[in-house]
Amino acid sequence: MEIIAQNIVSGIMIGALYGLAALGLSLVFGVLKILNVAHGELIMIGGYATFWLFSLYGMDPILSLVIVIPILFLTGILLHFGLFSHIVKFDEENRIKNSLLIGFGLTLVLQSMAIQLWTADERSVTPDYATAAFDLFGIRLPVVRLIGLVVAFLTVAVLEIFLNRSYWGKAIRATAEDWQTAALTGINIKSTYLFTFSLGASLASIAGTLVTVSFSVSPFIGLQWTLKALIVVVLAGLGSIGGVIAAGILLGVTEALSAYAFGGEYRELVGLILFLIVLSFRPQGLFGGKG
Amino acid sequence: MKYARWLVAGIIVVALLATPHMPFSNNKMLTILIQLFIVAALASSWNILGGFAGQINLGHAAFFGLGALTTRLMWMNEYPLFLSFLAGGLVATIFALIIGYPALRLRGTYFAIGTLAMAQAFFITVSNVLPGTSALSGPQLVSYELAPRYYLALGVLVVIVATAYGLTQAKLGLGMMSVREDEDAAQAIGVSAFRHKMSAFVLSAFLAGVTGSTFAYFHVSYYYYFTFIPTWTFDAVLVTFVGGVGTVIGPILGAIFFVIIRDVLATNVTNFHQIIFGVLFILVVLILPGGLMEVWDRLLARIFRST
Repeated sequence: MEIIAQNIVSGIMIGALYGLAALGLSLVFGVLKILNVAHGELIMIGGYATFWLFSLYGMDPILSLVIVIPILFLTGILLHFGLFSHIVKFDEENRIKNSLLIGFGLTLVLQSMAIQLWTADERSVTPDYATAAFDLFGIRLPVVRLIGLVVAFLTVAVLEIFLNRSYWGKAIRATAEDWQTAALTGINIKSTYLFTFSLGASLASIAGTLVTVSFSVSPFIGLQWTLKALIVVVLAGLGSIGGVIAAGILLGVTEALSAYAFGGEYRELVGLILFLIVLSFRPQGLFGGKG
Repeated sequence: MKYARWLVAGIIVVALLATPHMPFSNNKMLTILIQLFIVAALASSWNILGGFAGQINLGHAAFFGLGALTTRLMWMNEYPLFLSFLAGGLVATIFALIIGYPALRLRGTYFAIGTLAMAQAFFITVSNVLPGTSALSGPQLVSYELAPRYYLALGVLVVIVATAYGLTQAKLGLGMMSVREDEDAAQAIGVSAFRHKMSAFVLSAFLAGVTGSTFAYFHVSYYYYFTFIPTWTFDAVLVTFVGGVGTVIGPILGAIFFVIIRDVLATNVTNFHQIIFGVLFILVVLILPGGLMEVWDRLLARIFRST
């Protein structure tokens, strides 16, 4: 019984991180209607930024977010200007298809560049509290995972407040709803797209930092995290921000329980199969309302 | 012009048939050519679904891997090569028939990410069930020769290219292209979108399967899961787009370019070819949708105009 409880708790903590990894992807998809499959590579770059700040300057990984987030925000601006802004003018179907292809090319380029620059080694960040854990009724709560959980919920809360209260947030939501009407009300669509894409990259950097602290970073983690993010986004319903963390936690708990039941090697597989089932029967997602 | 094309194709095939018997041929050269044939064959098989029918399949490695795995397991257990080879293609086909219905109901991007997830599921399963390497047995090593591998790979490539060419001349292929251009319009004029997508999917899977079988016959030793890694899919997509998606010759042109950069020029810098090809790929998608084929055609047109 205790083992199952432990698995559920671990699943919730990892799942929150899955949700965070999917947040940027979902936001960008919902607003720009493009699918950036290089999202995992943005997570990877964020992870490396954290790793280098820690190993060169001894900077605490959570504190390093102050620098890592702006780095990825700038990366987002560059990528949007250089690549994705050229395809948002297409109609919706071609836009998604071309974004998929460009993201795919970008994946290979970023991954290979990371290998060239930082070697293929797996790196991790080990602050003093890396192995610390609380004990709650016999359930182990590692500090880094708890931090991940808190950061994930804080990020969603801040994002929700931003989207609901600020002018930019409202502009983003209006553009997601109907960009033509939004443009008529005087919202600058181009700036909104640019800002949203960079915001998505910044969200990826937060996930990257937590991934590096909780697991490790290497040039090859991109595809794995893109897939996790895609699974979560599809579970939540494409473009739905609200369900993302819930879907992430659902995936985390499902993985943890199936790893307990079938062995750890198959934890990834269960997520993928869950994904395929939802995709075939409920393409609008488990938490998405309409199709 | 039309006969000239056939003549050139004939000369190239004859030259390639003669290559292993030429005094200048050596093992390194044959190995690179076999790798070229495999990449070109895989890209061409991807192109049938991705280029002609317009469905971006990011799980192509699953079919390549299934073909390779089936052939390898049967051949290593002393089944005749011919039988093992066909079984590889057959297993890939059967699998495509099974998943075709649910997969092809997904449109566009959903199909792409669905197939990607499907292939990853295969990769994970195979690397857990068969974590080891598959190496040829002593007697098989003693009798190992490159020439038969070379001819098999060449034969598979010729069959795939001929199939692709045949499709461009047949109603089936034209139907696929109409589905690619506009699925709803195709339906409206009586072209069954599902049937054409399914035909392209199954054909593409079968051809990827036999390409995998060729790989299984060619390679001396590899990890069982190696044929399932997503790189196979990614290479096929890159090569096809850089060469010219939806054309018969494009994937071959792309493959030649790819193998030159990967195996001939950049042997000392790992992954360098991926940077070059990734950038080229992005450029093609953004500004040159016809790929190298378009460059080639424009070049030809200019030469013929000036003479």
